[in-house]
Amino acid sequence: MTLDELKPGQKCHIVKVNAGGVTGQRLLDMGFVPGAKIDVIRNAPLVDPMELLLKGYRVSIRHSEAKEIEMILL
Amino acid sequence: MRRKLKEIKVAVAGQPNSGKSTIFNLLTGGRQHVANYPGITVEKKTGTYHIQEHKVFLTDLPGTYSLTSYSLEERIARDFLLQEKPEVIVDIVDAANLERNLYLVFQLAEISIPLVIDLNMADVAKSRGFQIDTEKLSQEIGAEVVPTVGNKGRGKSKLRQTIHRAYETKKSPKKINYGEDLESILISLEQLLSKDTNLKKRFPLRWLAVKLLENDSEALRIVKKYSKNGEEILSYVEKERKKFISQYGEAPEKTLAHQRYREAEKIVGHCVKQIRTKPKTLTDRIDMVVCNRFSGLIILLGTIYAMYNLSIVQGYKITNYTWPLLAGLQKFLVLLLPPEGFAFDPLLRAMPLGVIGGVIAVLNYVPIFIILFALIAIMEDTGYLARMSFILDRVFRYFGLHGQSVLPLVLGGVYVGGCAIPGVMACRGIKDEKARLATMLVVPLMNCLAKIPLYVLLLGLFFAATKGIMMFFIGTITIIIALGVAKILSLTVLKRKESAPFILEMPPYHLPTLGGVLRRCLERLEIFVKKIITVVIVVMILVYLLINFPGLSEERKAYYNNQANQIKQSFIRKIGKDSSYAKLLAGKQLMKFIGYRNDYRAATKGIEKEEAKKVIEQKFRQRNLEFFKIVKKGKYELGGKKIKDKDAKKVHKAYKKLFNQRRELRAEKKNETIKGSFLGRIGIAMEPFTKRLGFNWQVNIALISAFAAKENAVGTIGVLYESPPTEKEERLEKRLGEKEGGWTPLHALAMILFMAMYPPCIPTLLMIRVESGSTLWMLLATLYPIILGIIFAFLAFTVGNLLGFTGLKMMVAIYVLATVFTIGVGFIKSEPKVKIKT
Repeated sequence: MTLDELKPGQKCHIVKVNAGGVTGQRLLDMGFVPGAKIDVIRNAPLVDPMELLLKGYRVSIRHSEAKEIEMILL
Repeated sequence: MRRKLKEIKVAVAGQPNSGKSTIFNLLTGGRQHVANYPGITVEKKTGTYHIQEHKVFLTDLPGTYSLTSYSLEERIARDFLLQEKPEVIVDIVDAANLERNLYLVFQLAEISIPLVIDLNMADVAKSRGFQIDTEKLSQEIGAEVVPTVGNKGRGKSKLRQTIHRAYETKKSPKKINYGEDLESILISLEQLLSKDTNLKKRFPLRWLAVKLLENDSEALRIVKKYSKNGEEILSYVEKERKKFISQYGEAPEKTLAHQRYREAEKIVGHCVKQIRTKPKTLTDRIDMVVCNRFSGLIILLGTIYAMYNLSIVQGYKITNYTWPLLAGLQKFLVLLLPPEGFAFDPLLRAMPLGVIGGVIAVLNYVPIFIILFALIAIMEDTGYLARMSFILDRVFRYFGLHGQSVLPLVLGGVYVGGCAIPGVMACRGIKDEKARLATMLVVPLMNCLAKIPLYVLLLGLFFAATKGIMMFFIGTITIIIALGVAKILSLTVLKRKESAPFILEMPPYHLPTLGGVLRRCLERLEIFVKKIITVVIVVMILVYLLINFPGLSEERKAYYNNQANQIKQSFIRKIGKDSSYAKLLAGKQLMKFIGYRNDYRAATKGIEKEEAKKVIEQKFRQRNLEFFKIVKKGKYELGGKKIKDKDAKKVHKAYKKLFNQRRELRAEKKNETIKGSFLGRIGIAMEPFTKRLGFNWQVNIALISAFAAKENAVGTIGVLYESPPTEKEERLEKRLGEKEGGWTPLHALAMILFMAMYPPCIPTLLMIRVESGSTLWMLLATLYPIILGIIFAFLAFTVGNLLGFTGLKMMVAIYVLATVFTIGVGFIKSEPKVKIKT
């Protein structure tokens, strides 16, 4: 499963980040590393992007970028 | 003997939202200087303070999450550390967000410069139930840790002392262990690198080895540039990377990042205890309202409206109060210039007059900018700006823009009345290069304050009954077109520009401090004013030359001088050669009197109170009693007696005639000068073409002269339609209606639409040049609006006439067309931005 499929309120563990290049590096830098736990807080009023809780801070990413993140549901 | 304090170079690093600028201000105590890093728009703050026998020279690095070469800010921070080689790095760390902040700490440590960790916002961390063992943290990182509360000024002297100690002890921080597999590669790579003395001398080798393994483009470049056996090193790196990937199925940079987080997690586990958990923080509760589907949108619209209203509308009102000050300054400066002539003014008066006027006009907007910059700083500091982007990203992305594009567009004037300059400056915040440029290029399409006078003039004349609805169409068509244009730009010229992913931290809300907001606001104002003023001076000189040269022929000059003499002679005839006043006003004295009377009128204008009037009159009486007699129309007191001086009354009457004749003569001369000037010739030459747009040569000149500042359009039309310069706008409307009996609403509509699409004014263009770092973008920003303007004017005038539409009907038709077009291009998919790699 990928992160974009999650709904607000769901939690998951990251398995793998598929994106390379800028997106991949940025995701890693911000803490999207395998094993990290993510809580989906909400979607934006117009559905995209989504807001997540990761390593104790909030971050928002677009669904198109969340699609690059493989995870398992908790 | 020269005693000079030894200087310590210190770099202040940190992740965004760590309170870095607060700490920077705290350390320097406000003694700082803001500039841009050479050639780019990232702000570079420097500041100093003294400690013991040392002068500490601080440089604020851009806030970054990491130190890769993927973003401009990171490259700047890194280049500074490597090239300037500061003696100490202070890393500002958000205590409540330690794990992610440690990720940067590890990378800074690899540069092998003594490090001080500022554990900032220690109070927030405590209130969230975190207990941090700073002693232990310090051991694990190998650098001293100082807890601070930046916004309350706590921890300042301890931080200063610790920085000094780090400088004295010169202890390198601990370097992270990436685990056996990676370490063996790194160690052998470091050994290989250490054979190259040039590299060894210039760069921290551990850092270089890590970056090479990450395939970092800058690191590769460094090796190519500085190493004699670069080829060998690069092929070794390439080989090791391949081996690693085939062995672990993952690029080394991913494993390295992962290891850093693993280490961060471990350290946090050792040093941080969460003694209690808050189920819901204040930020959570605010966000439930602010990011809610319904209330969120309402709050957003309210905020946008409030920002617009406070800065543009209220700021404009403040300018009513500041304007007299500026007008006073202008008057004072004008007094320093050589006096005007009867028909012709000396060049040294006429040209500086334009320059002063231009500079004062820009300064007039300063109150608006102050409010605007303060509001933006508040939005940034509170954390609402991030929410704004979060809410609006979906809409803007559709058109190739970014959630953060909303602010620049609002400032530019989404409905009516903004200013493109702060709009362009606000684009700085957009992290996505592609969206940033697209936003910057369309901001000037918004309706800035200066476009409004022409709308008002023409709407009042030709659309009196439908003024309101027409204003709505004009006010909103610009944003519709801007979105369409942004999409087209991002699909074409901006196609290859870097598009950053939208990964945006949503920082916890916190109250901004007054000092912080003010400081940021003034810093930005300073940069803006300095830049704009120098440019405006040059531009106004150019404009003056364009509309005044080559100038009148000798023959015509003689004609005007002759006319002037006739006016003077008829004046003298009227007052009678024998009158005592005839001698008084002979020769140069006449000009003196003209100046005196102008001053008198300016001084008494609008003065209602008798007492105030008396004081002024007394002043003028003292300045020149004889002149005073004339301006009082012969009624004055002398030696306590009321005197009625018939001669003086006669002179006054004759003078009024002379005054009007002179004014007409000067207007005629000005008109002829403009017509024959470079600019005028262009306007006339273009007439055959612009006829299709409904523009005659006068309109051409007016529109071209608006290039320096759009307010000029109305002014120039005023001049061309022979207005004595002091007349009011209503009168101009009347004149236009009478003189241009041939004008139809379609003429007016064409002109309005051309003005709506008008290219940015010169200060805005320069801002675009500065912010985009390229002259090409500036030229594009000039050209495409002209093309758009021509298209719309052509549609309005030629097509409108062909169809036989009324002005309003044609406006609706164009509006619908633009809307359909923009929605249409919105559906075009841009290329997928994310490259999928395994």
